[in-house]
Amino acid sequence: MSIDTETARRVAKLARIEVAEADLPQLAGELSNILTFMEQLNEVDVEGVEPMTSVTPMRLKRRRDEVTDGGYPDKVLSNAPDAREGFYAVPKVVE
Amino acid sequence: MGELTTLTIAEARDRLRAGDVSAVELTEACLAEIEAAGALNAFSVTTAEIARHRAEQADDRLRTDADAPAMCGIPIGIKDLFCTRGVASQAASRILDGFRPEYESTVTQKLHDAGAVMLGKLNMDEFAMGSSNETSTYGPVVNPWRAEGSNKDLTPGGSSGGSASAVAADLCLAATGTDTGGSIRQPAAFTGIVGLKPTYGRCSRWGIVAFASSLDQAGPMTKTVRDAAIMFGAMAGHDPKDSTSADMAVPDFEAALAGDIRGKTIGLPREYRMDGMPAEIDKLWSEGAEMLRDAGAKTVDISLPHTRYALPAYYVIAPAEASSNLARYDGVRYGFRAKLEKGDGITEMYERTRAQGFGPEVQRRVMIGTYVLSAGFYDAYYRRAQRVRTLIKRDFEEAFATGVDAILTPSTPSAAFGIGDMADADPVQMYLNDVFTVTVNLAGLPGISVPAGTDASGLPLGLQLIGRPWDEAGLLNTAQVLEQAAGFVSKPAKWW
Repeated sequence: MSIDTETARRVAKLARIEVAEADLPQLAGELSNILTFMEQLNEVDVEGVEPMTSVTPMRLKRRRDEVTDGGYPDKVLSNAPDAREGFYAVPKVVE
Repeated sequence: MGELTTLTIAEARDRLRAGDVSAVELTEACLAEIEAAGALNAFSVTTAEIARHRAEQADDRLRTDADAPAMCGIPIGIKDLFCTRGVASQAASRILDGFRPEYESTVTQKLHDAGAVMLGKLNMDEFAMGSSNETSTYGPVVNPWRAEGSNKDLTPGGSSGGSASAVAADLCLAATGTDTGGSIRQPAAFTGIVGLKPTYGRCSRWGIVAFASSLDQAGPMTKTVRDAAIMFGAMAGHDPKDSTSADMAVPDFEAALAGDIRGKTIGLPREYRMDGMPAEIDKLWSEGAEMLRDAGAKTVDISLPHTRYALPAYYVIAPAEASSNLARYDGVRYGFRAKLEKGDGITEMYERTRAQGFGPEVQRRVMIGTYVLSAGFYDAYYRRAQRVRTLIKRDFEEAFATGVDAILTPSTPSAAFGIGDMADADPVQMYLNDVFTVTVNLAGLPGISVPAGTDASGLPLGLQLIGRPWDEAGLLNTAQVLEQAAGFVSKPAKWW
């Protein structure tokens, strides 16, 4: 299946990656090539085959739902590009 | 002091205990080699102060504790994908510029607890996405090997390219790597060293920057199979902080190196004999099988019929998981945030941060992953790929059920290629590097690349052994037999 410029624009939007209008045709071409490569999978008969969700047959462990860590907001915020008064700061979200 | 850095872990361990070398001396020798090897661009950060401090602690421990672990005092490099407390950890991506984790990955903590000395962080492909170490924000890593009579720079492979170059060039005694589709084994093959990808779940993924969580595994990159066994023992083990880490005992892998593979059955998968495979790879593979037969093993032809669908399945599953894992890089919590124009809102901040922070290959994979997971395409691509993954794993299960103990294949379809050689190639051409290794990640199996020979121009070539789940001990034993029979002892001529 080939990806057109409009689909490339939509995918970039969904992925939250800014792509200049002029670069969309090339991006569409690259994505199309990769998808064509993936389409070999259509040759495989997967009728009745379960999709793999865990590569090792294991049951995830359970533990009590309780706080086991935390209480250090300074450490959590220490790498933020913009942190103020114990919060992450971002451009205005709500008018 | 140069010759100290050529020691294996096993040799250094024994000499540290004999008292004829100290961890401080080993560490200083490595730091000097790293300093002089800027041309390789293998280390992104050198942590000399931390290294000296840990080396002194290791020497104290070796003096007072007769049972100090084998890794005590061993200087190693750490791939930049591992979070290390207070030390730059940015997965070779601009988007993690300035990130200094407040925590330590489980694997590096275990190595620290065992007394290993961290020399610094190792260059890699951005977010471990690449097979040539050319997608790094720190610039490409250069392979210490050159073709005979040539001074052209070659890639060390990827994504653990810095780890591979650093070990091959004797800048450190060993290094950590990670492997999602071949990122330990392919660079190990390109640089003439040993690289082990353990069974999925053997090493904790906690604190390792995630690429594709159902495929990622950490492992050792070393000069010998014995060293891989020693270092792997220090990295492996259950971790409650990684829900997929296996709660199983870790055997003594070094003790399992009995050197006897009589009566073992080695499978040779016919689907790995690819069209257009270079004759010298084919020849090396046949010679490897002969060596194992000479050592008393039996070889049998086996079939892994879905092999050719492994790469397309991988390039659906890995980008899908990556698009989800990399959603966290939003310019809010850590790393890089793009400069905003007046009036820009939060959406512009996300989109511009990710456009400027991610390199082209990462952007491509995030977008492919986004597409195959999007409404209307999920079943056609992602779900189908997961079903094919089930079939690929089943192929291996059926081979092992017939009594096969391990599988022998080439590690890569070629020797190391030149930096920039693939610049104009279709991205899919680069993906073909993983053709022999990616099946192992999809099936969650352990795999190891062992240096086994050279091509016509004197560049190293590797053979891969694939083992049963959790049988790294048996796999390492067979690998050591192959290593000794192949007798690969060449080192790159020093030009850097």
